[in-house]
Amino acid sequence: MVEIFGIPSQALFGQLLIGLINGSFYALLSLGLAVIFGMLNIINFTHGAQYMLGAFTAFFLLQYAGLGYWWALIVAPVLVGITGIIIERLFLQWLYKLDHLYGLLLTFGLALIIEGTFRNFFGSSGLPYSVPAELQGGQNLGFMFLPNYRAWVVVFSLVVCLTTWFVIERTRLGAYLRAATENPTLVRAFGINVPRMITLTYGFGVALAAVAGVMAAPVYNVSPQMGSNLIIVVFAVVVIGGMGSIMGAIVTGFGLGVIEGLTKVFFPEASNTVIFIIMAVVLLIRPAGLFGRA
Amino acid sequence: MQRLSEASKIPTVRSRTEIIAFLVMTAALVIAPMVAYPVFLMKALCFALFACAFNLLIGYVGLLSFGHALFFGWASYVSAHAAKVWGVTPEIAILSGAAVAALFGAIVGALAIRRQGIYFAMITLALAQMMFFFAVQAPFTHGEDGIQAVPRGRLFGLINLSDQTSMYATVLVIFLACFLLIYRIINSPFGEVLKAIRENEARAISLGYRTDRYKLLAFVLSATFAGIAGATKALVFQLASLTDVDWPMSGEVILMTLVGGLGTLFGPVAGAFFMVTLENYLTTIGQWVFVVQGVIFVVCVLLFRRGLIGELAHALRIKL
Repeated sequence: MVEIFGIPSQALFGQLLIGLINGSFYALLSLGLAVIFGMLNIINFTHGAQYMLGAFTAFFLLQYAGLGYWWALIVAPVLVGITGIIIERLFLQWLYKLDHLYGLLLTFGLALIIEGTFRNFFGSSGLPYSVPAELQGGQNLGFMFLPNYRAWVVVFSLVVCLTTWFVIERTRLGAYLRAATENPTLVRAFGINVPRMITLTYGFGVALAAVAGVMAAPVYNVSPQMGSNLIIVVFAVVVIGGMGSIMGAIVTGFGLGVIEGLTKVFFPEASNTVIFIIMAVVLLIRPAGLFGRA
Repeated sequence: MQRLSEASKIPTVRSRTEIIAFLVMTAALVIAPMVAYPVFLMKALCFALFACAFNLLIGYVGLLSFGHALFFGWASYVSAHAAKVWGVTPEIAILSGAAVAALFGAIVGALAIRRQGIYFAMITLALAQMMFFFAVQAPFTHGEDGIQAVPRGRLFGLINLSDQTSMYATVLVIFLACFLLIYRIINSPFGEVLKAIRENEARAISLGYRTDRYKLLAFVLSATFAGIAGATKALVFQLASLTDVDWPMSGEVILMTLVGGLGTLFGPVAGAFFMVTLENYLTTIGQWVFVVQGVIFVVCVLLFRRGLIGELAHALRIKL
């Protein structure tokens, strides 16, 4: 067996892959947070709960409607995105003129409501969700075994992230969006319906969280608290990357996932905390974040 | 832009109403053990002090810390460990808890004040979560079991605190002393600078104040008071556990302060008593507690931003 730095290559690359998978979720979630923050000036604390909702929707679709993974990948983000739009219309739209912190408190309250309700009905044990038939099995690459589904997660989330980046940075719609982030009043004066754009942006950001949730369902179990611990790590990712740049969020997400995976190999005790430690170091040397504008 | 602290912008009638309110509160707390369970009251007082400490930051400096469980929980571990393993007297146990909370406050504060607003909340939350994982792994915290059967000991080596009445008196004295100290801090020149930072930090800087130092000191003070609350709670319940360092605790103290009224003197106390009483009635409903808390959060933010005491003060046009 090949060894690298005294670690069997299987273990090293295996953890690297897990790191990439976690990184995919960090990237998708921090991307959603960044998009929402850009338009709404709200840090969406409900994001973790909406990721969980995505996974549960996939589970329900399979259980009660007989719709499998591929359907869930389309239907769940749409359904969860619609609940996001309802939340924005019912609650968030009243907060834009207030201090940012009220948005954080309100979405925190919503997260408590959603997660508490699910915990009440489903307890804290996870529900299994199996890998779709097309992606079962894996490839033997010689230095490691690569399960097909995990490769799919990494590739698909990269595609989603890069598409989002492309839409926001390179299309006309994205240009409206960026303009409305900079100066909503002026953009409205040009006859663009900014409030509707804000609503749809929130729906879209939430849908991204649901996509991550559906993809996570076969990797981790579907459980009510799957999002609540993840969201805190994603906050740290956002602090490290800064929310100014879409590409920054993607790169930071994947990068930190990989670093976390490597920590699991070389210093497992710190694997839970390494991202927070990196955050502290980044705050000391580059307070605005790696990609942030001061 | 409407600031977080709208409640404190009520026309100032001289602080006579505050003195009267303080006397009423003290009198009520002195007679309270005759009508309510002392342990319940002590729990509420510990949380009231915790909420007052938190309010010092959010209400008077405008900084939202989402990680105050870190100071509350770690101080309770340190005080429980000191009382049980080192066998020190209760006052030393509480002071050592407060000292550790102050130290953590200095470190977390120095990191968190490097960013503003929303980032400040996320940084404090992330650092608190990091310290939660340390608490899970560190051997002296005993993981899921927590530190159990902590002896209350003898205050100053003399007064036996296993007696419920003396314990209550001790907690009450600690609470009132800290409350008055916080009142003094808020109304000192230092406190005026804090309020100036809350209203307009750029202007405070242009007036020559080194706002970072003020924010850091306020953070350390708030962490220390939160530590005293946690350390005292560990002795009251003779237990230090992971519940007190986990993030829902940080959320709970925010909720107590919000319900009572951000930036009001008595709001956090009222909010803490309200929430502790509510949770006392809700113990039978299990996980629904979180749902109820969530609903209260949403209602407070949307309709009720002044909080209980803030609304009262507003209606009576006085300062509380």
